[in-house]
Amino acid sequence: MSRRGPVERTPQQAARRLVLIRVIVVLTAVLGVNYVAWRWLFSVHWGAWWIAVPLVIAETYSLVDSLLFGLTMWRLKDRGAAPPPPPDVTVDVFITSYNEPVEMVMRTARAAKAIRYPHETWVLDDGNREEMRLACEAEGVGWITRSSAWTDRPRHAKAGNLNNALLATEGEFLLILDADQVPLPEILDHTLGFFTDEQMALVQTPQWFVNVPESDPLGSQAPLFYGPIQQGKDGWNAAFFCGSNAVIRREALMQLGVSGYVGEVEVGVHRALRTGRRIVTEARRSLERDPSPHDNAAQVAAALDKILYDIGRARRELARGVALFDVTYRFQRRLASIRRELVAADLHALRSDLAIVAELEGLAADPDERLATVDEAVLEQLAQREWSPLGAVETVQALVDAVDVDRAAEAQPIMPLATISVTEDMATCMRLHSLGWRSAYHDEVLAHGLAPEDVQTMMTQRLRWAQGTVQVMFRENPLRQRRLSVPQRLMYFATMWSYLSGFAAVVYIAAPVIYLLFGILPVQAISTDFFIRLVPFLIVNQLLFWVVADGRPTWRGQQYSLALFPVWIKSFTSAFGNVFLGRTLDFAVTPKVRREDDGGRPWHLVKPQLVAMGLLAGSGVIGLVRLLAFDQGSPLGVYLNLFWVAFDLVIFSVVISAVRYRGFQPAGQPVEQPGEAAPEPRPTAPLPAVRRPVPTHRGERR
Amino acid sequence: MMELDVRTDERGVGVVVPRGRLNMVSARSLRDALDTLVNDGTHRIVVDLAETTFMDSSGLGALIAGLKTARQAGGDLRIARPTPAVTTVFELTNLDKVLRPRESAEAAFDD
Repeated sequence: MSRRGPVERTPQQAARRLVLIRVIVVLTAVLGVNYVAWRWLFSVHWGAWWIAVPLVIAETYSLVDSLLFGLTMWRLKDRGAAPPPPPDVTVDVFITSYNEPVEMVMRTARAAKAIRYPHETWVLDDGNREEMRLACEAEGVGWITRSSAWTDRPRHAKAGNLNNALLATEGEFLLILDADQVPLPEILDHTLGFFTDEQMALVQTPQWFVNVPESDPLGSQAPLFYGPIQQGKDGWNAAFFCGSNAVIRREALMQLGVSGYVGEVEVGVHRALRTGRRIVTEARRSLERDPSPHDNAAQVAAALDKILYDIGRARRELARGVALFDVTYRFQRRLASIRRELVAADLHALRSDLAIVAELEGLAADPDERLATVDEAVLEQLAQREWSPLGAVETVQALVDAVDVDRAAEAQPIMPLATISVTEDMATCMRLHSLGWRSAYHDEVLAHGLAPEDVQTMMTQRLRWAQGTVQVMFRENPLRQRRLSVPQRLMYFATMWSYLSGFAAVVYIAAPVIYLLFGILPVQAISTDFFIRLVPFLIVNQLLFWVVADGRPTWRGQQYSLALFPVWIKSFTSAFGNVFLGRTLDFAVTPKVRREDDGGRPWHLVKPQLVAMGLLAGSGVIGLVRLLAFDQGSPLGVYLNLFWVAFDLVIFSVVISAVRYRGFQPAGQPVEQPGEAAPEPRPTAPLPAVRRPVPTHRGERR
Repeated sequence: MMELDVRTDERGVGVVVPRGRLNMVSARSLRDALDTLVNDGTHRIVVDLAETTFMDSSGLGALIAGLKTARQAGGDLRIARPTPAVTTVFELTNLDKVLRPRESAEAAFDD
């Protein structure tokens, strides 16, 4: 299959198209608000509130989704051909790899080496494999593995891999490629030109997959996202970074790393001082309450008083604006001398405390998160424990150490790529925009990738994207990022909002089933009013899709955005548990290679969808019988709901073809390889389908 | 390009003077120089920026890496005499709020 390059439009054509789009956007908004307002004010069947209210909420959700989509399209920006590249910038090409087959990585590496613009190619081998090193050597490309600093520290997956490589290289620009994204020779020539704008931090190009048939049964291609949606976001200076096939300005990332470091250290030190004060105060009180078993109680009490004084002084100094590094340095030295005095007093009776403290130090120094996201609950726990005095001293030291300016718990103090989410790209991009950098989306396929070829891998991948996006929403809600413009906030929020569709889908399934089975109508009446308000809205909504898609297929994406509803719901519940309850995200490990055919089909993966389809079909039959045989229910109501059921069934039918899909069989046409005249045969080994999370667009749609 | 002067003064304070452009290309040599100093037992270091004509965020990254190494060895890293151009880079990342420049390399460890 193919995908055309940038659509050539004259400025007049582009302007006319934008006017048309805006007219439809306004129409959609007016008709949509009109409908939903009428629903809330005049047509909720309050008697059946338990279905009526969820339905009207779901409809409101869809309206907001539609308004956000309209806002995205409002400034659709078609950048056309890229400006010529600057003649003499330095570029590093990074190929990120974890455990993909060496041959597959080397295929990408060879293509990367063949990129025309002068550059250096590096394989970022997180697997640290000897055979990969040899292959890189033989091919003449660089091989980077984690430095020793990462031993026993949080590795932060792909973000960590990139952060490590950033400190080992020095090119002004970075092209980031997943191991299975084979670049075309012109990829740098067609992207570097955008960086003549000195505030441009990032140019993203589409991810497009060659091992996907025209029918795209797994919804792998995202023609609407890598197209109008990114172009629309671009119009608001909010084009997203999607993890691969993007060129980034090193200076922007490093600036992000440094300012992130400053922020984390500030938050961490304040928190440590606050908690430290609580611990020491507690210890001081317990010393007064119970006569100390030790002989040196008075000396200990004096030391605690000194520490309390120093904590207070440090906090006051910080509040006054004294440079944080000076404050922590003095504080630590004073604490160290107090500690020395205590130890010198030969408080051997307290040795047992030190053993407990050692454990605590381990706890404090090994947060799985970045320091600023250290769980407040963990610190609370420290504060709540009963401490003997020297124990308190050591705990304060441990806490201050853990959040000191050296960020000892992390391999590098500077972490340019965000590590707050399993999808590092979206959070990183949002922070870049917060710092005032610009991004661009260039709508030209410049790399050929591989997509998952079985339904399980596909679903695991979508779940991870969704989880990552929701994690970012919970941790760094874009609506609260004061340094983003309001439209930028909304562009990020729109993507997050779209993942809520799982909950709406449940209501959209339940409503017709309940009517057809029990005759309970969530609206007051299926009146002319209802049709007059709803139908035009639905029509312009689809019209907007049709116009912006401009010939690109959108149906598969629309199907998946509803049909994967259990995945979206799970992404919310698991990310909520992760962010607020400290649980692991708990996703199944992504299968690394395509599952071998074992004859059976993995129907169990889509059980919720099959149950929903059964319910819909069954209630349709029962509703029809009720109407025809028993004259129950209004014909209009039944037929309308039957139509609704049929629509849902067509949507959900996509999971059946997905489960039945046996993987890609090239239909005779050679897979075009960059830089090679002869078509390369498809690898004989099962095609690795490991994918890295990118944010956004779920089964597509917005 | 950047030249790097490294010396240890009579009080045992390491003085590092980067001359020229401290950018993504030269940052690594500064990082290495700071590492070497600390490993050789000089834990208090001042980086004198009076002759640094240009600095980018990679340069800041090298300073922070040096600060980390020095602090972990029980010492400290301080900066002195940044030029206005360099100060701007500090301000862009808020680093100026936490790392106070000293008026001279000699007085950097007076407090």
